[in-house]
Amino acid sequence: MKKSMRKILAAVLALTLIVGLFAACGSKEDSGTQTGAETIKIGAIGPLTGGAAVYGNAVKNGAQLAVDEINKAGGINGMKIEFRMEDDEHDAEKSVNAYNTLKDWGMQMLMGTVTTQPCLAVINNTKADNMYQLTPSASGADVIVNDNTFQVCFTDPNQGIASADYIADNGIARKVAVIYNSSDAYSSGIYNTFKSEAAAKGLEIVATEAFTEDSKTDFSAQLTKVKSSGAELLFLPIYADAASSLLSQASKLGLNVKYFGCDGLDGILDIEGFDGKLAENVMLLTPFAANATDETTQKFVSAFKAAGYEESTLNQFAADAYDAIYIMKAAAEKSGVKAGMSVSEIGDAMKGVMPQITVDGVTGSGMKWLSTGEVSKTPKAVKIVNGEYQAME
Amino acid sequence: MGFLNNFINGISLGSIYSVIALGYTMVYGIAKMLNFAHGDVIMVGAYIVFVLTTGAGMNPYLALLISMVACTLLGMTIERFAYRPLRGASPLAVLITAIGVSYFLQNVALLIFGTQVKSFKSILEFPSIKLAGGKIIISDETIITIVVSLIIMIGLTLFVNKTKPGRAMLAVSEDRGAAQLMGVNVNATIALTFAIGSGLAAVAGVLLCSTYPALSSQTGAMPGIKAFVAAVLGGIGSIPGALIGGLAIGVVEILSKTYISSQLADAIVFAILIIVLLVKPTGILGKKYIEKV
Amino acid sequence: MSSKPKSKLLKKDTRSDLITYAMVLVAFAVVEIIQATGSMTSLMRGLLVPLCMYSILAVSLNLVVGILGDLSLGHAGFMCVGAYASSIFSVCTRETIENPWIRFPIALLIGGICAAIFGILIGIPVLRLKGDYLAIVTLAFGEIIKNILCSIYVGYDSKGIHMSFESESSLGMEMDGKLIINGPLGINGTPTDSNFIVGIVLLLITLFVVLNFIHSRAGRAVMSLRDNRIAAESVGINVTKYKLIAFSLSAFFAGIAGVLYSHNLNVLAATSKNFGYNMSIMILVFVVLGGIGNIRGSIIAACVLTALPEVLRDLKDYRMLMYAIVLIVMMIITSSPKLVSFREKYGLRQFIKTKMANRWTKEVQ
Repeated sequence: MKKSMRKILAAVLALTLIVGLFAACGSKEDSGTQTGAETIKIGAIGPLTGGAAVYGNAVKNGAQLAVDEINKAGGINGMKIEFRMEDDEHDAEKSVNAYNTLKDWGMQMLMGTVTTQPCLAVINNTKADNMYQLTPSASGADVIVNDNTFQVCFTDPNQGIASADYIADNGIARKVAVIYNSSDAYSSGIYNTFKSEAAAKGLEIVATEAFTEDSKTDFSAQLTKVKSSGAELLFLPIYADAASSLLSQASKLGLNVKYFGCDGLDGILDIEGFDGKLAENVMLLTPFAANATDETTQKFVSAFKAAGYEESTLNQFAADAYDAIYIMKAAAEKSGVKAGMSVSEIGDAMKGVMPQITVDGVTGSGMKWLSTGEVSKTPKAVKIVNGEYQAME
Repeated sequence: MGFLNNFINGISLGSIYSVIALGYTMVYGIAKMLNFAHGDVIMVGAYIVFVLTTGAGMNPYLALLISMVACTLLGMTIERFAYRPLRGASPLAVLITAIGVSYFLQNVALLIFGTQVKSFKSILEFPSIKLAGGKIIISDETIITIVVSLIIMIGLTLFVNKTKPGRAMLAVSEDRGAAQLMGVNVNATIALTFAIGSGLAAVAGVLLCSTYPALSSQTGAMPGIKAFVAAVLGGIGSIPGALIGGLAIGVVEILSKTYISSQLADAIVFAILIIVLLVKPTGILGKKYIEKV
Repeated sequence: MSSKPKSKLLKKDTRSDLITYAMVLVAFAVVEIIQATGSMTSLMRGLLVPLCMYSILAVSLNLVVGILGDLSLGHAGFMCVGAYASSIFSVCTRETIENPWIRFPIALLIGGICAAIFGILIGIPVLRLKGDYLAIVTLAFGEIIKNILCSIYVGYDSKGIHMSFESESSLGMEMDGKLIINGPLGINGTPTDSNFIVGIVLLLITLFVVLNFIHSRAGRAVMSLRDNRIAAESVGINVTKYKLIAFSLSAFFAGIAGVLYSHNLNVLAATSKNFGYNMSIMILVFVVLGGIGNIRGSIIAACVLTALPEVLRDLKDYRMLMYAIVLIVMMIITSSPKLVSFREKYGLRQFIKTKMANRWTKEVQ
């Protein structure tokens, strides 16, 4: 009996440990809600560790920059912003945990999540709480099905349409090949609408090749097919990491086509060890280019650098997040949000004014929102010339 | 022409698998364990070369040499501190430890180098061969990889059959207990196996990343598993088998990518593994051995 | 005092099992009390179902690793099969079967059985072999399942079921068509039928089946195979049959955990995070830390390792690294022949005894 007593004791100890841990969070919550008197708490969720961490960290830096600027200038309606970002590792389950952690902290508005798949899980929670949610960069079309969720970025389907339109309207090419990541929501989302819009615009898709997340380094088979298809342009709705490998193999293979990509290609020149010459003349549709010459971009870029954030995170995700905080500010000021209001009251107030505001931001001037949550702004096309992004007409 | 180009791509990929599979098959044949961390030693080797060439601007061949030495030491360290204490323990315990080591290397690399991939600059600067008026292109990496894998295979075969330490390896792989009785230092022989296998991993890493220039902490994982499939197909423990298996897997992978589906190519490679295990578990060149009580 | 003769009536195994059940029930009661007093945080409420799910996963993997003595690195793959199969069922019948208490049990059965079928399919060729093949084949299986489900589009309309590997539009569905699996976006709109009570009940059922299996004739046969295959074969134990039973049972419960997972979140996509290699390793870490073959330990380890990183969020960067170290260190401590014999010779109790004796003699001197 002695032995089993010890076992029971061990089990009970383990149990109390777990319960104790939870209780510890409980007490944190109490202290959190008391300080909410003259501040407004904005939470953010995104991948800060793991494979997609580069996006989450960019969002964190961009948002923090905007928060610091606003707090210095007097805050929103006189309230200082308290900003806290939690990690979701680009995983739906972890994202819901992060949301619950932020709720325990006393979050009143959510900026997030950064990536689409976790966002689709979190929107059910924000819907249930009627929490105002603005995602900087989750571009899936289903992210904004609820009336309390809004986007800063274009949806994937819109990017596909805009790309096909741009290629056709500017007469860049007629015969097009596509290589996309079939296991990635972003990539296949763009490809799906690109395909139908290209057909409508009279572009001929001569080759469609896919790859998956596990085989995103070897493109020899796909490129060989593209080469023999006689395509004039290769459309790449993929991320920069895969594209860097693809471009280098294409040059080895002697593939002579034009390249056109979406905002996922942004950052390709910052990949360590990448030979910028390979990306020469690559065109991409992105809302933000760090060396664009307009005043808002210049101001943002110099402030970002002055604040000492890693320059590798100075990309469109940082720009989207920077804009997101200012959009929240504009909407909160317009609707007269006060610190004492409940989450649901703020949600109602904010979603009421979203269709009425116009914001000039880094990622587009004159941004407006439909009540569905979709943003309307004009996409910018840039071309890489001499290792730098140059705006195209 | 299309088929020929794809076939060449397959041979190119396959010879990389061969070099990795040689490392697997040696360790499996002699230490009788699946060294899960082999693929990750490849990744470490590639990172060392990347840091030395792109970061410090060193001569790439010198960098490769340093990387080989470093990987050799790494392999021996892993063997000494993670695997040797478990000699004589159940195979399950050894396998779990190997997975732990693999995971450890991946995550240390992740903490040091971050999640963003690095673009690996090919260390080879030879012109490609163009045939049939430029319709068929054989890149310099392909030729070098094939030559290197052949040299390594021949070198290893000679080493194992002709030299004293090599014959000690054979003895240990046949019967560890008897070899020990005959005066073979089993620990030293296994350590030497790991040293050679890990040194080869550095070469494999450089070849892999020169051909497919995206370097991340996951770089070695998938090629490592496929190389294991190649080793099983060729007959695990057999040095020429690793070469044949590697080439076969590479060609099958590329051809199924081209003619069947690029999403299902991996599935097809693994289906081959299951079929081989069903039909001929000893592989193409594997030896059959009877277990004694 | 009165309990002493009573406990003599129970066998040691039964007593140990009862403690395990009691532990789960006490945990359930404690959570219910906290919930009733209203001091439950959002984070804790959100974690309840995952804790049950990871416990079930850990118990089911322990059946393979601890009892069968083989290694499955594709447990996340079985979970994935269960999650997808049940989600397809629930999404399709969401309107026809409205009562979740009818729909969810059927979903559980479907998920579990589909996973078990895959377990048998993989087990037949592989379990006949010795060595590390099961590990590599299950690993490959997990990756294949994940890749295929990431690229597949399935929908149905009045004409029947459509399937494509290319895109939603190439399904060619009628206007009334409904998309079920949307490629990498997976399945959207699974009803959130999982809750804590269901989770606890499923955990208890898992425990009941697994513990009884271990003490059954089949369980003893499997363990004899683990300990000495040749001896077991020579007394006429059918190796493949018993191994297959244990393996498919394990796959079944991994599928059940998948059902809990997919009905907890309402979105389901096969990413490397939830159904990939990393998840399989995480479950393995639970089993190894809890003690290979120790069912109760698996549950405790699963709960502690799931809750801890959520509570100590600052340490997240090092979480994976800690998993790696846990695997290596635990294996060396528990399995190194030298350490094992050292412990047997100078166990902790012996150590204390000799130390005490020494001190006593010193004091006397």
